[in-house]
Amino acid sequence: MNQPSKSRLPLCAFAGFTLLMWAAVPAEAHLNSTGMGPFYDGLIHFLLSPEDIIPVFGLALLAGLRGAHYGRRALFVLPIAWLLGALAGITSFASAPHPFIAAAWFLLVGGLVAADARLSLRTSTALAGLLGLYHGYLNGTGMGQSLSTVVVLLGLVFAIFVIVALVAAFVVQLRASWTRIAVRVTGSWIAASGLLMLGWAVRTR
Amino acid sequence: MKKPRLCISPGNLALAVLLLLCAQPALAHPQKGEAVGFLTGFRHPISGLDHVLAMVAVGLWGAQLGAPAIWLLPVAFPMVMAFGGMLGLMGVPIPGIEYGIALSAILLGAAVMFEYRPPLGLAAVLVGFFAIFHGHAHGTELPPGQSALLYSVGFVMATGCLHALGIGIGTVHRWEWGQKAVRVAGALVATGGAFFLWKAIA
Repeated sequence: MNQPSKSRLPLCAFAGFTLLMWAAVPAEAHLNSTGMGPFYDGLIHFLLSPEDIIPVFGLALLAGLRGAHYGRRALFVLPIAWLLGALAGITSFASAPHPFIAAAWFLLVGGLVAADARLSLRTSTALAGLLGLYHGYLNGTGMGQSLSTVVVLLGLVFAIFVIVALVAAFVVQLRASWTRIAVRVTGSWIAASGLLMLGWAVRTR
Repeated sequence: MKKPRLCISPGNLALAVLLLLCAQPALAHPQKGEAVGFLTGFRHPISGLDHVLAMVAVGLWGAQLGAPAIWLLPVAFPMVMAFGGMLGLMGVPIPGIEYGIALSAILLGAAVMFEYRPPLGLAAVLVGFFAIFHGHAHGTELPPGQSALLYSVGFVMATGCLHALGIGIGTVHRWEWGQKAVRVAGALVATGGAFFLWKAIA
């Protein structure tokens, strides 16, 4: 019986692999050299902060329920107000977020969505501005003063812009009545969470 | 046919033992963290059958009554339940919580069983009244040291999902056999409620 001839394929594959490894360029996976690290820090910070993202999500739902004009207004007012609030927060003394105010934002925004409140464009804009200024200020107070802070803020504002754009645009195009009801039910969940947070805030005092 | 034997060489065994000895703690059970808050909050409403029965019954009843009750009742229940939870967290006492929870399952189950069709306002008040008992019970049982926000979100989402489950089951109501099945489900909920009432009294 003939012995099977040994294949030279593993040796060639090993040599090819070694060559490829040798020729590899730095991955720059940590974005140190590109300078984009702080940008993603800001973006991820927003996306992983439920106390920030849920009111923004609720406001985008509210704007979407009212129509494209409201959505476009919130799309620009909220990130700009957030940026201004954060810039003001950076230059001020640190202050801890008040749990009652956080709960109140949940209640207010969620309640308005649940009620499908027919706010005027001016009121809706003021609401977006206030929300952005307050939460932006809180974000700003938690950031140190350094060159990268501005890039962090840009990432954060970019994330808000994208979330508002996606959510509001999605809600604007909803036509079936049950889909709009589903949006309102989501608002009621946000408001209910706010009520529970209020209870937590009282209990911890 | 000869079965292949699993052989572990001493070298491999020694390597496995060495790797196990070098293992770091997994830290899989953080004492205080946001993910824990959400998961424990989500698990809380579905951990007690008495709560589950009443919440599913709300969805079933909404499906039986049709629009607008199908969405009004599942909106009213979490909102008022959260209010009851807030009272519980604040330490405001409400007497007869366990009786109220058991009665909610009995009466809501009976409403589904008999296809009771009250005016919308009365149905919402009835559902809201019982939601206070459920919320208060949850509020007083909430564990300390959790993320309040994510716990609340998980808690409310689980409640909403239970209503959605009830509505989902209730969609069979459009067929004649489905109407009977929903009424049987209502009877089961009422029976479960009677059991919990008996347990509360005994």
